[in-house]
Amino acid sequence: MGARENILARIRKAQGRPGVEPTEQERALVREAVARHEVGPQPPFAHAPDRLAQFRRECERLGTTHATVASDGGIPAEIARYLDEGGLERRLAGWHEFAGLDWDGAGIAFDDRPATSQDRTGLTGCFCAIAETGTTLLLSAPESPKLTALLPETHLCIVRAARLLDTMEDAFALLRREVGEPPRSVFFVSGPSRTADIEQTIVIGAHGPYRVHVVIVA
Amino acid sequence: MQVVETDLGEYILQLAHEPPSHIVAPAVHKSKEQVADLFVAAHGKPRLTDIPAMTREAREALREHFLTADMGVSGSNFVIAETGTTLTVTNEGNADMVTTLPRIHCVITGVEKVIGTLEDFATLIRLLPRSAIGQTIANYLTLTTGVKMPGDVDGPEQMHIVLVDAGRTKLVGSDLQEMLRCIRCGACMNHCPVYQNVGGHAYGWVYPGPMGSILTPVYVGLENAGDLPNAATFCGECAVACPVKIPLPDLMRKLREQQFDRKLRPWAERMAIAAWGFAVTRPGLYALLSGAGARIAKWMGGRDGLIHSLPGIDGWTKGRDMPAPEGKTFRELYRRRRDSAADGAR
Ligand code: SF4
Repeated sequence: MGARENILARIRKAQGRPGVEPTEQERALVREAVARHEVGPQPPFAHAPDRLAQFRRECERLGTTHATVASDGGIPAEIARYLDEGGLERRLAGWHEFAGLDWDGAGIAFDDRPATSQDRTGLTGCFCAIAETGTTLLLSAPESPKLTALLPETHLCIVRAARLLDTMEDAFALLRREVGEPPRSVFFVSGPSRTADIEQTIVIGAHGPYRVHVVIVA
Repeated sequence: MQVVETDLGEYILQLAHEPPSHIVAPAVHKSKEQVADLFVAAHGKPRLTDIPAMTREAREALREHFLTADMGVSGSNFVIAETGTTLTVTNEGNADMVTTLPRIHCVITGVEKVIGTLEDFATLIRLLPRSAIGQTIANYLTLTTGVKMPGDVDGPEQMHIVLVDAGRTKLVGSDLQEMLRCIRCGACMNHCPVYQNVGGHAYGWVYPGPMGSILTPVYVGLENAGDLPNAATFCGECAVACPVKIPLPDLMRKLREQQFDRKLRPWAERMAIAAWGFAVTRPGLYALLSGAGARIAKWMGGRDGLIHSLPGIDGWTKGRDMPAPEGKTFRELYRRRRDSAADGAR
């Protein structure tokens, strides 16, 4: 017997079950329990009356800045404003999804490719966003490289208001409905990276971005 | 093989060749001056003592490693059975780099981390960051299911998951089974008066504080960690703070019982407890002995009411005096008060 069998046998023995492998009946019970996808207790504000307000409030608590534009057409101008305000270069590496916007018109150089460590700003979309915690959820796929959200010092994220959900459980339900099995990486981003490892002093910007700016498309 | 820690706190400790002193804030015992010295030696750059600048220096040093490492090794706070998913929870973003950039990703975690569904994860992740650092959510959560897919530009080509037992299954079905629920948030040590005074290193192993006082004896053997279940005031704060409601003081008490039964405590201590156990189950005898004890102790206190030395257990009085009792037992005082109240009512 290998280590795996030994470990499983020990657990089964301690639980008073015979053998090494679960019986067909036990497996069926587990499958049934999993298929129920039972939702546990949630805090009262998990289903806030004003979802967008809740999302914005949580973003602010985590140090994520946000702005709202009326349509996709308004995205480049908002991003130009944000970059100028922070004294940042008007250049970014972004997801292909946004390559068709009028970046030239806003005076921004848009590189349609995954960001590298050399890029100062990365632009991504998201699969959905979660109001309870001010979180955006990014799924790995050829057109949505994760590193664009992680390597540059500034992460810009476009959130469509229609894709804003209440809770993480809602996000998992949407994932099952639209995608099925989770892809390789399901990445939840909630604000800029931080650490408090030296003298418990909070420093924004550890390994990931120093700044996260969310542009909500109403 | 060169192995580099990527969490800032763990990186500092790797440079210092020291073990962690806290499970969430591993380098909490280091001052920024000490960290500055370590960085000068490791990075060969001018000494910085501004914490944000020091953090940036470490970020730049570690970024190189992220980009060039052949293999990334991560843990997994939970393992989701439904989807075969492992996951990381960080504020720094280090684990997200480690699980995305290198060609090979290796996960090492305990067998007890397995949970059922994505919904179970949603429930537990509401607890972990709140109890660990007071945030509603950690800045980065990465759920990893398998390797890079065709067309993906990032992600590892190979992934290996190692589930470790190393004593964990001993807890299944035992008196201490509830300890398997631990989500490693650190709240119990943050609220522990003993941990606050002695610090994490005094616990002698990777898990300090109340959770360590239970896990360490299980993993290394009670005979090798006998002081740990006794290093508690039983104030109960840890059980109140624990988000998964592990009755930590009760479990420590069970370990003390095991020590007594397995004769792992000194002979004199066991005799004393046995004698006390004999007396306390016989109320008449107990009243007699405690009454005599209280009077003797009062006499020992002398004029200043302080006992300066206790025969046989003088370790207690070496560095401090013990206040002498009043000479009456609780039961005597209680009876007297009850009688005088009855007189007053008459
Ligand atoms: S015992 Fe409870 S409080 Fe302590 S680390 Fe584990 S889950 Fe957190």
